[in-house]
Amino acid sequence: MSQRETGVSKLLARLAKITSAITLGLLPTAALAQNGQPEPGAIGLQESVTPIMDSTIAFHNGLLMWIITLITIFVTGLLIWVIVRYNKRANPTPSKFTHNTLVEIVWTVVPIIILIVIAVPSFGVLSDQMTVPDGERKYLGSNIFSRDGGEVVPAPELTIRVSGQQWYWDYEYPDLNNAAYSSYMLTKEEIAEQKPGQPYLLAVDNELVVPVDTTVRVEVTAGDVIHAFAVPAFGNKTDAVPGRLNETWFNVRKEGLYYGQCSELCGKDHAFMPIAVRVVSKEEFAAWAEIMEAEDDVEAANETLASL
Amino acid sequence: MANATAAQNSHDAHDHPTGWKRYVYSTNHKDIGTMYLIFAIIAGIIGGALSGFMRWELAEPGIQIFPGLASIVYGADWQSAAALDAGKHMYNVFTTAHGLIMVFFVVMPALIGGYSNWFVPLMIGAPDMAFPRMNNISFWLLPPAFILLLMSMFFEGPPGGMGTGGGWTVYPPLSTSGQPGPAMDFAILSLHVAGASSILGAINFITTIFNMRAPGMTLHKMPLFPWSILVTAFLLLLSLPVLAGAITMLLTDRNFGTTFFDPAGGGDPILFQHLFWFFGHPEVYIMILPGFGIVSHIVSTFSRKPVFGYLAMVYAMVAIGFVGFIVWAHHMYTTGISLDTQRYFVFATMVIAVPTGVKIFSWIATMWGGSIEFRTPMLWAIGFIFLFTVGGVTGVVLANAGADRSLHDTYYVVAHFHYVLSLGAVFAIFAAWYYWYPKMFGYMYNETLGKLHFWVMFIGVNLIFFPQHFLGLNGMPRRYIDYPEAFAYWNMVSSIGYLIMALGLVFFFAGIVESVMKKRKAGDNPWGEGATTLEWTLPSPPPFHQFETLPKVK
Repeated sequence: MSQRETGVSKLLARLAKITSAITLGLLPTAALAQNGQPEPGAIGLQESVTPIMDSTIAFHNGLLMWIITLITIFVTGLLIWVIVRYNKRANPTPSKFTHNTLVEIVWTVVPIIILIVIAVPSFGVLSDQMTVPDGERKYLGSNIFSRDGGEVVPAPELTIRVSGQQWYWDYEYPDLNNAAYSSYMLTKEEIAEQKPGQPYLLAVDNELVVPVDTTVRVEVTAGDVIHAFAVPAFGNKTDAVPGRLNETWFNVRKEGLYYGQCSELCGKDHAFMPIAVRVVSKEEFAAWAEIMEAEDDVEAANETLASL
Repeated sequence: MANATAAQNSHDAHDHPTGWKRYVYSTNHKDIGTMYLIFAIIAGIIGGALSGFMRWELAEPGIQIFPGLASIVYGADWQSAAALDAGKHMYNVFTTAHGLIMVFFVVMPALIGGYSNWFVPLMIGAPDMAFPRMNNISFWLLPPAFILLLMSMFFEGPPGGMGTGGGWTVYPPLSTSGQPGPAMDFAILSLHVAGASSILGAINFITTIFNMRAPGMTLHKMPLFPWSILVTAFLLLLSLPVLAGAITMLLTDRNFGTTFFDPAGGGDPILFQHLFWFFGHPEVYIMILPGFGIVSHIVSTFSRKPVFGYLAMVYAMVAIGFVGFIVWAHHMYTTGISLDTQRYFVFATMVIAVPTGVKIFSWIATMWGGSIEFRTPMLWAIGFIFLFTVGGVTGVVLANAGADRSLHDTYYVVAHFHYVLSLGAVFAIFAAWYYWYPKMFGYMYNETLGKLHFWVMFIGVNLIFFPQHFLGLNGMPRRYIDYPEAFAYWNMVSSIGYLIMALGLVFFFAGIVESVMKKRKAGDNPWGEGATTLEWTLPSPPPFHQFETLPKVK
């Protein structure tokens, strides 16, 4: 990576920091930053815990937001200028010009240049999202302008099959002797009983359990109609289409609970089939996996997890 | 010349039906245009009311409105589990119907059926449309189509629910095996009929514009509004048959055992999405291009300056129309299409920003150096330029599949397309309404009410849709009847915005009533020297038949 590129990415990282500072300053309610779920009154993307979401945030907050904000301010400024300077009172006699070749070339070429500036990181971010790590490929992370990427992400060690159903999620672990279970949303009463403090419409009975710092390959499909598997903090969204197997992946660097919601209209309970991912330490996952592999009993496995 | 006079008289008698026959049998482009506008206003009230219930429901977390509404409308037991289920489904029915009504029965009839019927012949110096009887059937297909759609809300959809809740995109399998009742079939037939109406209209406009321009009016001298309609008509003609085919396949999948979209029989649900968006993306340009034409005229008229960069404006529209056909899968980034396919669609989609930018800057350049008068139509046109810019830049964000992964199917998308359509196209509709109201009806509207209408609505719609960007960024999916507590704040703001917008509409209707009561004569050209197109050379309202001697264009 050349010196200049590092400079650009440093600058962008700083801009991204400023953006998020502004974002936090504008919060209408003082909310404690909680990973993995929406925050009251928030106006920006959820916090990242994966290299993919890092690059999405760097791309959106660090580049796109600036460009579209400046363009909007520029156009608004021009509008205000013509309103003030060229209204009937300020300028009683209109001029009659209808062409200015130079200006026309400028407003065609400059947008093209801006689009190229957007396109370069855009293609990098996209390629990262769509490429399952092989243990050698480098991923951009928040360094979206670097040419060869920054971090190496390990090859997947775990595969999970996710299947959207009306209106719950089926999770299957082919690596754990095809252990499988279903994940349903909890009602308010059930949350109060079983998982106090967890957010209604996001909390589920059995979360998807995955280890931290591990690349997880996810195969997504559906049993009835189209659903979409999405976890905002992972920067992930993959349609669950009957008859198709869509592949995606994530590698989470922080333990915790991460929530998502079905993101393709699937009928009356579309809003009531959230996704919850419990990211645990590798040791905890090993203990959980052992029970799952041997007994295929998610309740027993989850109890073990709670007792660790 | 007695014979000629007699012929003229008999011609008049033949073409001047009175009473109900004047409208039902109408072959007159102005009467048909007026009927389209009235139809669009009625459909707009219904479509707008549906979204009112949605914003009411979404004002606070929890399910408040729809189970009760389902009890009232469908007679489910109050506060029972059945009412709750019926209510949840009813919410989806409302989002579906709101989308379909606004697209097919409000924006398209107003812009293409209403204003284009009225003003394309006037602006190109033609006595009427090329096929007046076909024009009649184009309009009269719409009310049955609309009635079919409204009826669908009262037939069985999925078990325990009435109406079709598959979204305006009607993706299978939710629209096939997911909605087994006849409601979906009604909706499909409604779209077939509305599509046929639009295709006939498109044929009529293309023929009229190509063959009936006044002597001397070459295509490169034709005003921008007919140009925008010419491009729109081509988009309609090329895209609607694809929709018709797709929904016919849906119909046979549902009723006749085919499996075009059913993987169990070798089909693929994604095929439908390709077909739908091959229609659907040009469709969004169909809704906005006429607005481009309208805004160009208004900006030029009230700046008292000719349109800046006329040819660039024309070819920007042609380019937008053309590229609009090759970007459809940017609606499908998350469906599992390959990396290379996504790369292509990112690239192609971003290209559209260039001609769109040309249009925005040319409007501002038209105002630059002008002598701007801020009459009501001009306020709406400037409002359009601002709102369309905001909707346009979020479109650039969404064009990037890498960013869209996080934003797809969230409220960010809802905010984006309402900025370009609900705020862009609808502001163009209101701009045109005030601009041409004196010409169409002969009376001057009330300037104060018109301006109040603009300002209240401008504040209202921004309050509705700007916070939805925040909701989307933070992850709130669209088409949700209920949402986690964290999204409550901006949803409340958005719902308050709806009330303000609704108040704005009161001024719209008050303005119509006021102008009809006061009957201020508008005169041939109320806008002065800036209004240079042919419609302003005619009396207001224009005679039943105009241009019996064709105008000559230098």
